[in-house]
Amino acid sequence: MVSGKHIAEIYPVLHLWHWEISLYLFLGGLAGGILFFAAYFFIIGKEKEMSTTVKWATFIAPLALMIGLSSLLYDLHHKLYFWRLFTTVRFTSPMSWGAWTLLIIFPLSIIWVASFMKDMFPNWNWKWKYLNQFESFVIKYRLPFAWILMFLSIILAVYTGILLSAFNARPLWNVSILGPLFLVSGFSTGLATSMWLSKNDAERRILSRIDIFFILTELFLIIHLFMGFMAGTAVKLEAFRLFMGGSFTISFWIFVVLLGLIFPVTLEILELNGYHVPKWVPPLLILFGGLMFRFVMVDAGQITRFLY
Amino acid sequence: MKTRRQFIKISAAGAGAVALGLHTMKVNGLSLFGEESTEEAASNEDMTATPTYCEVCFWKCAGWTYVDKKGRIRKIIGNKNDPNSNGRLCPRGTGGIGMYYDEDRLKTPLIRETKKDGTQYFRQASWDEALNKVAAKMKEIKEKYGAEAFGYFNHGTPGGHLEHLMRAYGSATNAEPAFAQCRGPRSVAYLATYGAFIGSPECTDIRDTRCLVLIGSHIGENMHNQQVQEMSMAIDQKATIITVDPRFSTPAAKSKYWLPIKPATDIALLMAWIHVLIYEDIYNKDFVKKYTFGFDQLKSHVKNMTPEWAYGITTIPPDLIRRTAREMAGHAPAVVIHPGRHVVWYGDDTQRERALGILGALLGAWGKRGSLYIPEAKPVPKYPQPPYPKPKWDWKDLNNGKFPLALMGITTEIMRASIPRYKPKHLVRAWLSAGTNLPLSMPDKPLLKEALDSIEFFAVIDTMPMEVTGYADVVFPEATYLERYDFLRAAQNRYPSVALRMPAVKPKYKSKPAWWIVKQIGERLGLHEYFNYNDYSEVLDWQLKQIGTSLEEMKKIGVKTFSRETGPIYLSDNEDYQFNTNTGKIELYSTEFESNGFDPMPVYKAHPEPPRNFYRLIYGRAPMHTFSRTQNNHNLWDLMKQNTVWVHPTVANLWNLKNGQKVWLKNQDGAVSDFAVEVRVTERVRWDSVYMVHGFGHSDKKLTRAYGRGASDEKMITHYAMDPIMGGTGMRVNFVTFLKEKPYKNRKEDKA
Amino acid sequence: MRYAMAVDTKKCVGCADCVVACQTENNVPHGFCRDWIVENVKGTYPSLDMKFQSERCNQCENAPCVRCCPTGASHIVEGGIVLVTHDDCIGCGACVEACPYDARYIHPQGYVDKCTFCIQRVDKGQNPACVDVCPTYCLHFGDLDDPNSDVSKALKNRSWYVLAPEAGTEPQLYYLR
Repeated sequence: MVSGKHIAEIYPVLHLWHWEISLYLFLGGLAGGILFFAAYFFIIGKEKEMSTTVKWATFIAPLALMIGLSSLLYDLHHKLYFWRLFTTVRFTSPMSWGAWTLLIIFPLSIIWVASFMKDMFPNWNWKWKYLNQFESFVIKYRLPFAWILMFLSIILAVYTGILLSAFNARPLWNVSILGPLFLVSGFSTGLATSMWLSKNDAERRILSRIDIFFILTELFLIIHLFMGFMAGTAVKLEAFRLFMGGSFTISFWIFVVLLGLIFPVTLEILELNGYHVPKWVPPLLILFGGLMFRFVMVDAGQITRFLY
Repeated sequence: MKTRRQFIKISAAGAGAVALGLHTMKVNGLSLFGEESTEEAASNEDMTATPTYCEVCFWKCAGWTYVDKKGRIRKIIGNKNDPNSNGRLCPRGTGGIGMYYDEDRLKTPLIRETKKDGTQYFRQASWDEALNKVAAKMKEIKEKYGAEAFGYFNHGTPGGHLEHLMRAYGSATNAEPAFAQCRGPRSVAYLATYGAFIGSPECTDIRDTRCLVLIGSHIGENMHNQQVQEMSMAIDQKATIITVDPRFSTPAAKSKYWLPIKPATDIALLMAWIHVLIYEDIYNKDFVKKYTFGFDQLKSHVKNMTPEWAYGITTIPPDLIRRTAREMAGHAPAVVIHPGRHVVWYGDDTQRERALGILGALLGAWGKRGSLYIPEAKPVPKYPQPPYPKPKWDWKDLNNGKFPLALMGITTEIMRASIPRYKPKHLVRAWLSAGTNLPLSMPDKPLLKEALDSIEFFAVIDTMPMEVTGYADVVFPEATYLERYDFLRAAQNRYPSVALRMPAVKPKYKSKPAWWIVKQIGERLGLHEYFNYNDYSEVLDWQLKQIGTSLEEMKKIGVKTFSRETGPIYLSDNEDYQFNTNTGKIELYSTEFESNGFDPMPVYKAHPEPPRNFYRLIYGRAPMHTFSRTQNNHNLWDLMKQNTVWVHPTVANLWNLKNGQKVWLKNQDGAVSDFAVEVRVTERVRWDSVYMVHGFGHSDKKLTRAYGRGASDEKMITHYAMDPIMGGTGMRVNFVTFLKEKPYKNRKEDKA
Repeated sequence: MRYAMAVDTKKCVGCADCVVACQTENNVPHGFCRDWIVENVKGTYPSLDMKFQSERCNQCENAPCVRCCPTGASHIVEGGIVLVTHDDCIGCGACVEACPYDARYIHPQGYVDKCTFCIQRVDKGQNPACVDVCPTYCLHFGDLDDPNSDVSKALKNRSWYVLAPEAGTEPQLYYLR
């Protein structure tokens, strides 16, 4: 029983971070996934066969990042000072790495998609001489560019999980498996986007196969996440109970796992075996599941704590 | 129900609230002085400190009000030289700045008007108009019926100023709720036993005691500043604390022995303790022989009041009764049998207080270090004025021969005397009140409402739009203690002291100090000789010069202490001492009670128990609030916004109540709480009772923060047990049950 | 120099004077508080035990709020007090999430705020406002490195505990049993 601690966002449970953070984590993972596979398929030379993945889907990346960053900026309480993020690099703060990573990857993602503009729209003209020069420069060095992009996109997707797992005050988040889990989830959502946008069946089959692997990995990691809770200290067991009979049971197991992972992976396997599945169903479910996953993790995580 | 005097809940004229434009609910997050503030803490060097003493409760701790360079009050800190507070204010004193900044404060005088359709409302008026109206009414009443027919209710310093006016005017028809609704039984009982009052602050030497015995006193939940401080010192000295309380109170948690007594059986326990002390021969023989009267009668009186007998009544095991009695005897005379303060519980409270006094006397715990010390206050001469006229009748005449030992007016009797159908000996026709919120402090709301409907006129002096103002014909907005001069505080303590209250800032809005209000009325009544000064600071300077200091000096030091003049604080061994009783000794057998036809020694009487499905309503205090005074204070509201009803887990199971669930309460007479109250399921309360902190459940919408928060215990107190000795209204005799659904659909908003 | 505070739970009555004194001293806005009271009740009637704790930021030696701050606004000064530089703070709330004691809050002005051990008073050799106002004298403050300081003397010969030691933050707020 507490007296005087009537801070709206702290008491009775912490609920400071809301949809802005969940949305950003989802979009960050999504953008990371898109950019990773764009770069990867380019590096292995499949630019022509995987043209949506490498070129068209990457339109979404800077868009997602822009919405995500706006969402983050909107969440900041001291908005006018946001630029302070870029006056220092703090190695102990995953948020700092994230800020710098975003600073670099955002323009890179724009440049990447811009460099393919003439491929996608044959009559495209930059109009300005310096842009055309820059474009040739980028196209010439596209391979190292792709490597950098791949590397950064992994950081982007994984740091969203590491960010949460670094808060040891929130037992639900403080698990090292969260980084890889968000990475795999993010990549899966990226694949889903590319799959949805692609009109090329062959491309979609390849993406589908990879996605099945990622989703199964994700399920595997989730099972291990819960095994970790079960074997953990009292606070971890409390976190576990939130999902096993507690207030997040339905939203997690139905929306995230059943609808967001098991359904789509089943549909994708069926599709690979010849059954007809509407094109949009698996990707929609995956994206929905990914978004719900972030929402559930952010909300539930703040409820878990050490004291009282 | 059509009433002549409607409770006006929303002021049509806005009481000036529109001027501010800031609704409190939206200003969460604003700084303490109501503005967006980017400033950090202010340094003491950049602020001016003016002396004051607090008015949030009766303890009147002296302190310093810090005002910054922009003229804003920032904080109030205790005065280190003040014996009442030792330089540390309690949470209410520290939060006193909330009283000044409260934007719901009364801002202008208000006058009740009636529209053509019969609804009544307040309109803003000028000071002249309001003062003239009250003075005219007072003249009228005096001419037609005599000044005595104008009754008044008073409390605190504003009450003191009102009393001065009314006595000059010719009326002593008054009552302070603090007597019959609070400490009355204690005053009468200790006067009869020791010939002296306990007084305020209580002369309990807790600091040096070896054994502190608390009967229904919850020091730590009640924030009697000096006592809380001294209890902490006693804990440091490893003193024993014995707490008797049906509820696991804060001091119970710090006690060596907690006696979880069945409610309403305290007298049995006390008599059993007395029995053990006498029959195990462990009482203080020398003290009893030298200073007391009536020991032999007492001995035969308690012969059969054994711990085994008490066990069956109180549920306290006999060996625990014996052990605790022996513990007290072992530490005698350094034992404080705390006399309590709010002691109107079951109607036989004067007798219970007598038992406390007798118990202390048997231990020799009076006038000794660690027991009750001999207090002294500095006598301050009265400012020159003619003697007050002697009224033809006063409050005593209204008691109809009942309550012979009452020392002050009894609130319920004044109310009854205002209602013609009770055929009072003298009819009280009009009221004035200052410093008390009758609807939330009086039991028996129907009686209050009928009285209000019967009187011709009612004027109220208050700082806040408390419920009592909703019934007034004229409302005067009073300046808070931070904005005014006032009486010198010359309270008793281990040594005498005086404290100065001076304004730190100008009064906000159109509020005025009470001394000014009564002076203005007095002058309109031709009573100039009683108000022979222009500003109250003149009175203070004169008084201070009489006692060896001056206003100028007091402004710099705030508190001046003096050495004792009436003798040492403790009795020396074997010192002769004359007690102010009929026998000149401490009366274990009360001759005064006997001659008035009351039991000369306390006798246990069983009290009614809760009917099935009902639970006894016990109420108490929270350290961050004062009665119903502070619920709207923003600083204190932050700490505790509402009260809860404490329910034992087995009871909660029985009724299927969950923690935080909202219920309505209904009592044995069918009274229903106006607002829902949250349930607190806790092991701390006994299964046959429920507990609530007093003062919540405000029903005046003008109190934007306090309105509707929690439930009012007073609404549930429709039944009370009158103490026949002095008229105290025992209020812990009501039983409540739970209603899980809203009990009325479209209730009329006439619930003050 | 290592500032620390000790709370004597034997004496604390949970009156919340420390809460309101802090508010007036530090101009804490309404609806927020830098310290608060927790009531701990154990047992069943009538075998009950109760303790009050006056809680605030623990000025941890191993402060997770400092480690996770992306701009360095959260920092530790000499004496071990954890402060927030208002103009460096972006209001992201990471430090609020990182605190196992939920001691931080977002000030309406946008930056993060919390108990600072009244550093503006400590720098002048005074005690924090809560320590000076407590009517049960249950709060002790001072320099742990000085054996004669109030807090060092209070901790001597008394059994004490800290909150959530398993969080590994090494808090400097000690509760005397």
